[in-house]
Amino acid sequence: MTDKVELEIKGLNFYYSGDIHALKNINLTIHNKSVTALIGPSGCGKTTLLRCFNRMHDLYPKHRYEGEILFQDDNLLANGNDLIKLRSRIGMVFQRPTPFPMSIFDNVAYGLRLKGIKKKSDLAERVEKALKHAALWDEVKNKLTASAYDLSGGQQQRLVIARALAVEPEVLLFDEPTSALDPISTSKIEDLVMQLKKDITIIIVTHNMQQAARISDWTGFLMLGELIEFGTTERIFTAPSEKLTEDYVTGRFG
Amino acid sequence: MAIFDEELVRLNGLVLQMGSLVEMAIKNSVQSIVERDNEIARKVIDGDHQVNTLDIEIDEESIKLIALRQPKAGDLRLITTAMKITADLERMGDLAVNIAQRAIELNKEPVLKEYIDIPRMREIAQGMTRDALDAFVKRDMKLAKDVIMRDDEIDDLKHKILSELLFLMTENSSIICRAMRVTFVAQYLERIADHATNMAEMVLYLIEGKIIRHTSKLL
Repeated sequence: MTDKVELEIKGLNFYYSGDIHALKNINLTIHNKSVTALIGPSGCGKTTLLRCFNRMHDLYPKHRYEGEILFQDDNLLANGNDLIKLRSRIGMVFQRPTPFPMSIFDNVAYGLRLKGIKKKSDLAERVEKALKHAALWDEVKNKLTASAYDLSGGQQQRLVIARALAVEPEVLLFDEPTSALDPISTSKIEDLVMQLKKDITIIIVTHNMQQAARISDWTGFLMLGELIEFGTTERIFTAPSEKLTEDYVTGRFG
Repeated sequence: MAIFDEELVRLNGLVLQMGSLVEMAIKNSVQSIVERDNEIARKVIDGDHQVNTLDIEIDEESIKLIALRQPKAGDLRLITTAMKITADLERMGDLAVNIAQRAIELNKEPVLKEYIDIPRMREIAQGMTRDALDAFVKRDMKLAKDVIMRDDEIDDLKHKILSELLFLMTENSSIICRAMRVTFVAQYLERIADHATNMAEMVLYLIEGKIIRHTSKLL
């Protein structure tokens, strides 16, 4: 964990089409090479917030942002940003593994080919590096041409992480990455997240509070579109300042 | 009430039960000295096993809650506080036993002198214990801080007793044995007050989430 700021969110409001005010004046600092967990009840806006960071909401028209998200001093919400480039710098891993219907190798090479890397030796080198980084290499090195669907759920999730890592992102967003996995696969993903933060900044949305407590350095608690409290994970889980946070983390919510 | 809340209430109750046993042991142990009553002294010594049983029960209960409920925030602070307060109470119970043992020894010999400061120390130490437990129950920050403040008073009394007895011993070596025992009693009471101070510090942690032990930035 460093003190360097990776993302600075200033006065962020987000409206779904039909003017549903889903995020209300969010101010938040994401620290470089740290893990930040976003927690809160269903519908609190945590996934909505996560999806702002790589402009996923732009896939649907009529959604609207207000405010700023500074990513290394540039407002990533500004018009005219190259979203493809942004999403390779800020990657995303979803709740269920989303391998493409192709081989293990081609899944990881996909983003690299999009970036114009064609040379076979370059591709092979970077695919291997990404699979090693995602702690999957030893399990798949002898079957790189097999279909990605032959892998277990936990392996598929690590494959998807490898695919995201291959394009060397600076930030990786995880949207409940282990909610569809068994405890052993979950623990592998959690170990991986803690390894990855040496090199990249991680933001994770999770319903599993123990997971947030185990792997994150910072925790933000959201409710009804507002950021109720943000602080070090240690403080949020031992002595939160807000009554709402206390009620949520102790399971007395509602 | 949710089952977890009921479990926390039960844990709270066990701590208080242990606290009242220890408070009574402190009172009785000094009474056995002042009134030269061996029977009360034995009662204190024999009663300590109840304190020990509760010590174990509270630890087991706390460990179980940590493992099964994964407590957080205020719940986590309550359970850790219960465990630490219990360790202090257990030691206080042992010190009351030590006082009772010295009483039995002292009662075999002639009266040394009238006890004035020992009952005073007892009163303060017992009061600190009761108030620390009260502050725990009521989450009363002011009362907890007040307990911590009172520790100096008991330290002063101990020093006063020690210098008085030292003077008597230099005057008359035949009383050294008895005077030493009374010195120990003063020492035990001072330690009981130290444990009560620890308890009050844990209560502050329970309320505020800040550990203030070994710092001077208390009040």
